[in-house]
Amino acid sequence: MQSFDLETEGLRKLNVSLHAQSNDTNQTAWEITNPKGSHAIAVGLDAPIEVTVLGPTGYYCGGMNKQATVHVKGSAGPGVAENMMSGKVVIDGDASQYAGATAHGGLLVIKGNASSRCGISMKGVDIVVHGNIGHMSAFMAQSGNLVVLGDAGDALGDSLYEANLFVRGTVKSLGADCIKKDMRPEHLEILKCLLAEAEADAKPEEFTRYGSARKLYNFDVDNASAY
Amino acid sequence: MTNKPDNTIPRTVPIQSATFSNPVNAEIRRAAATGIYDIRGGGSKRKVPHFDDLLFLGASISRYPLEGYREKCETKVTLGTRFASKPIELDIPITIAGMSFGSLSGGAKEALGRGATMAGTSTTTGDGGMTEEERGHSNKLIYQYLPSRYGMNPDDLRRCDAIEIVVGQGAKPGGGGMLLGQKISDRVAEMRNLPKGIDQRSACRHPDWTGPDDLEIKILELREITNWEKPIYVKIGGARPYFDTTLAIKAGADVVVLDGMQGGTAATQDVFIENVGQPILACIRQAVEALQELDMHRKVQLVVSGGIRGGADVAKALALGADAVAIGTGALIALGDNDPRWEDEYQKLGTTAGAYDDWHEGNDPAGITTQTPELMKRFDPVEGGRRLSNYLKVMTLEAQTIARACGKNHVHNLEPEDLVALTLEAAAMARIPLSGTDWWPGKPGTNF
Ligand SMILES: Cc1cc2nc3c(=O)[nH]c(=O)nc-3n(C[C@H](O)[C@H](O)[C@H](O)COP(=O)(O)O)c2cc1C
Repeated sequence: MQSFDLETEGLRKLNVSLHAQSNDTNQTAWEITNPKGSHAIAVGLDAPIEVTVLGPTGYYCGGMNKQATVHVKGSAGPGVAENMMSGKVVIDGDASQYAGATAHGGLLVIKGNASSRCGISMKGVDIVVHGNIGHMSAFMAQSGNLVVLGDAGDALGDSLYEANLFVRGTVKSLGADCIKKDMRPEHLEILKCLLAEAEADAKPEEFTRYGSARKLYNFDVDNASAY
Repeated sequence: MTNKPDNTIPRTVPIQSATFSNPVNAEIRRAAATGIYDIRGGGSKRKVPHFDDLLFLGASISRYPLEGYREKCETKVTLGTRFASKPIELDIPITIAGMSFGSLSGGAKEALGRGATMAGTSTTTGDGGMTEEERGHSNKLIYQYLPSRYGMNPDDLRRCDAIEIVVGQGAKPGGGGMLLGQKISDRVAEMRNLPKGIDQRSACRHPDWTGPDDLEIKILELREITNWEKPIYVKIGGARPYFDTTLAIKAGADVVVLDGMQGGTAATQDVFIENVGQPILACIRQAVEALQELDMHRKVQLVVSGGIRGGADVAKALALGADAVAIGTGALIALGDNDPRWEDEYQKLGTTAGAYDDWHEGNDPAGITTQTPELMKRFDPVEGGRRLSNYLKVMTLEAQTIARACGKNHVHNLEPEDLVALTLEAAAMARIPLSGTDWWPGKPGTNF
């Protein structure tokens, strides 16, 4: 286990050390102490390493992650795991706005609640939130799966494309072009896997699926008020 | 009895309304028939105060000129000297602006890379991500970081030479992008992670930051990901250049890219292009003022764009305080866009060479703004690259010609004092004296 005190050694040195790890590194386990809400912790990683952050993080923790597992034992600030490509980011506490924004792949698990715009513009990532999510979540979501064990706020899935949204609790309101959809066997299968991977205690059958009505895909003057 | 017109009485001639002109009325009829606003490519077509309204004074007894071909006039420029460990070094102060793959064909992107590389300058990606054609053929490639984040990935961030965070574009400050279904080929759809054939709306605002304080943290993140090597540009539309330049500097930008309202776009509502944003002439001095007040002029570099056509425009932009310029439309024309050789086909599309702007429809006879294979075949990237390189070299020679005439051994030594304005508007906007006077409206210490 490599231990790194962020307060004394600084952000630059941390990210340089993590970027220096390659696919066959034997320094696979890293522990970061004293994060104290710092921004850009463990960003741009590209190696199969496990990074544990002992405390809360600021903006963009785990941003653009590839391959690595980043585990925050605390809450995360805005844009956690933004544009993640692969790997896994786990937040034990709550996550602020734009969690998983534009992420292309990998798995983001938030054990607490996520704030507004969770999964905004997501492009293939899987996101599992054990608690609730805020308004405008999955706005313009392109692909991937957003799973919410609690409730969703206003305007869920506004203008979304092909992402699947699964909510177990209530949805305050649906955004433009977002509708309730049938749960087919393949969706139950996706849910089963994601819930297991995210260590979430829920059954696939308890969820409702939402997705795009695909009415805004090509401009139509009769839908003008929805644009 | 018949009512015969009395030919002896003079009649009023038919008078067209200046307000409800024929083009205006045609647009009303078009709107009434379709129910959708007009979407088009290109920049503002209306006449606005521009570089044409400025003149150089040249040399005189008190300023002596440099000998053409004998005495050197340097054109090199370095961008990104503030924080980046690997700044961008260019041979000429003219760069190729970001134009999206999707709006342009792969071949056109390749030609931009080839031409820019031959001329010793950089090219820029655009919405939709980085293509191999472009990376492979561009010696210096700037990677745009846009609100849509289509195709954004850390590998391309690591293999680019600089990062440009796009906040706004001159053609549409506050507007997002549009790529209509006709142009969403399999390749474009895959790069953007969206279904084929749908209209793609690129967001107008970044998904994970708002405001200058967030931008500072976003810049920190991008620097950390790329190990503080690559210059970070921030591109703004000509909305509030004084404040936006100030805030971009505060947020940690290495380079500010400022795009005026004449700047081209791939596709946007005509009403947006013609009515939002300011002419580049009015923007440059405001941005330079912000740089100077923060003691950052020439430390944070300023790249300006929007209607730059020839070496005179380049020289004037530099004299007003810019470090370099960027070109979009001019580069496309050099590649062959709107060339009269395709006139028959423009006619079939209901337009004429020089006016063709329905780039979003993907039917470009010149094979540049299209994803249709048969049309793309008409465009030769090698030939296109050579033409672009020629054009860039001519612009550079022209700018040097003017700089030498003004006695400068580097194009960056051109200064506002070398200029006069032809109109009151240009004088006020560029803060340059009206020709024949030592005054401009708003000059400090004057009562106007
Ligand atoms: C076809 C086309 C596509 C463009 N795509 C983008 C883009 O993806 N991102 C961007 O920031 N600007 C884009 N622009 C704007 C240019 O980067 C630049 O600001 C503008 O073209 C400069 O003005 P000029 O065309 O008068 O030279 C595009 C312009 C054109 C003509």
